Amino acid sequence: MKRYSVFAIAREALRHHTGWQRAWTSPAPKRDYDAIIVGAGGHGLATAYYLGKNHGIRNVAIIEKGWLGGGNTGRNTTIIRSNYLQDSSAAIYEKSRSLYETLSQDLNYNVMFSPRGVMMLAQTHHEVRGYQRTAHANALQGVQTEFITPQRVKELCPILNIDGPRYPVLGALWQARGGTGRHDAVAWGYARACSEMGMDIIQQCEVKGVRSENGKVTGVETTKGFIGCKKLGIVVAGHSGQVAEMAGFRLPVEAVALQALVSEPIKPCMDIVVMANTVHGYMSQSDKGEMVIGGGTDGFNNYTQRGSFHHIEETLRALIETFPIISRLKMLRQWGGIVDMTGDRSPIISKTPLGNCFINCGWGTGGFKAIPGSGWAMAELMAKGEPGPLAAEFDMWRFKEGRFIDESVAAGVAH
Amino acid sequence: MLLLECPYCGVKAEETELSPGYEAHLKRFGPGSTDEEFEAYMFARKNPKGVHFERWRHSYGCGKWFLAARCTATLEVFGTYPAQVGEPPADIIEKIKARRPDWKGYK
Ligand SMILES: Cc1cc2nc3c(=O)[nH]c(=O)nc-3n(C[C@H](O)[C@H](O)[C@H](O)COP(=O)(O)OP(=O)(O)OC[C@H]3O[C@@H](n4cnc5c(N)ncnc54)[C@H](O)[C@@H]3O)c2cc1C
Ligand SMILES: [Zn+2]
Repeated sequence: MKRYSVFAIAREALRHHTGWQRAWTSPAPKRDYDAIIVGAGGHGLATAYYLGKNHGIRNVAIIEKGWLGGGNTGRNTTIIRSNYLQDSSAAIYEKSRSLYETLSQDLNYNVMFSPRGVMMLAQTHHEVRGYQRTAHANALQGVQTEFITPQRVKELCPILNIDGPRYPVLGALWQARGGTGRHDAVAWGYARACSEMGMDIIQQCEVKGVRSENGKVTGVETTKGFIGCKKLGIVVAGHSGQVAEMAGFRLPVEAVALQALVSEPIKPCMDIVVMANTVHGYMSQSDKGEMVIGGGTDGFNNYTQRGSFHHIEETLRALIETFPIISRLKMLRQWGGIVDMTGDRSPIISKTPLGNCFINCGWGTGGFKAIPGSGWAMAELMAKGEPGPLAAEFDMWRFKEGRFIDESVAAGVAH
Repeated sequence: MLLLECPYCGVKAEETELSPGYEAHLKRFGPGSTDEEFEAYMFARKNPKGVHFERWRHSYGCGKWFLAARCTATLEVFGTYPAQVGEPPADIIEKIKARRPDWKGYK
């Protein structure tokens, strides 16, 4: 595969762009593979990529029922941060954030990582204490964050109303190296790199069943027939419960809708990401000028990728209070994704009751930021059969044993 | 928008009048249960893509909890019923079977 570079752009500009190659191939499935990954979202593709890059396992297929990146990976609001409270979360999210810093060079694909800074507003005394605690925890974990004053909040984001009537801004947790990335490009970049390593990305192919013998997976039944494998990785986010059921086990996960929306494009007016968890809304501005907006999840089990309108109303009401200048903006598009929520709001990267079957799920409302780190940890788990230090705490049995990685207090809302 | 009929006051309530309460007919486990039972009760919720039984509260109406049978893949509502029952009533089961012949049934 030809590398992308400034010279390639110049060369193609001179020959009417006739020389670009396809970014990935679309092969028919082989009879069997060393490893199959179900789900070509960011996490599935990153798992495959690091299986090849870090562990030399390249006879791999990634099986996707729709199109690659068409699940939550292509539907999220792209916030990247690592200012979590618990040590095991901070470790994997910070690994991920730091991989994002050089991901474009690593993949030879511009993922447009933009470390513009992420600010989480404290609008109640409870939140002030919570974020101060997180800032201290982050200092011990080696994650660079700080608790800042309302004046500094206003300097960093002048369009913010810091003395709102209901919830004045009392401070904020600020992570200067957090930011955003281009969601599609992350999926496409990993897909191109996987394809280049000789892996097969099989799209429009739904996994319908998991075949096993003596407690080991032998392959998957798909809409393109049976495909055998020595190891299976299930990385299907909102559909994790479904696919786990095919493999014969139940997950502590529920599927609910999470929505987002974007406004008409306007001139640059904010160059950071702001999250307001008390009022349930967050916002950033895309390179195209659209305000990218999200809020909390809907409150019932749902697989329709469609949320309830009143949640959008709630989110916008909160954001108009926080950013009065957006009150007259028109909203252009709104959509939903099905997110996989666990009881402690932390992910699952785990072995399963089937010896050679592994699962990565439960990223819920906040897994875009985790794609590189999660792929790294999942690949290690699949290659060695045992979790490395990044994944060790995230097994699915922690719920039975009461070893929660409780992040629901730290991030009551999305992402 | 989701419309559910409150079985107590007969109002066809829209979602903004209601609060969702997740899985219905939960069997509760407490001290003395096994880890598996307690985990299943606390975390391993049914999460079907299809027929689901759940709790709803008519919070901006009569304030009472009721139960609903709903499809999570289409948002179709099969029926609602009062909460004072241990499992779904027969007429609701019949209605679901008529609409979903391949439904595996309530377990
Ligand atoms: C509206 C919204 C906003 C969000 N905002 C943020 C944010 O700002 N920051 C952040 O970090 N995270 C955010 N998230 C969360 C983030 O999007 C997800 O955690 C992340 O994208 C999950 O990636 P994934 O690869 O696990 O899942 P997905 O991208 O959903 O990929 C799973 C894939 O599996 C496929 N699949 C499912 N079942 C089968 C089957 N039976 N056979 C074959 N393939 C199958 C699906 O088609 C899908 O493509 C947001 C999510 C939503 C919905
Ligand atoms: Zn009522």
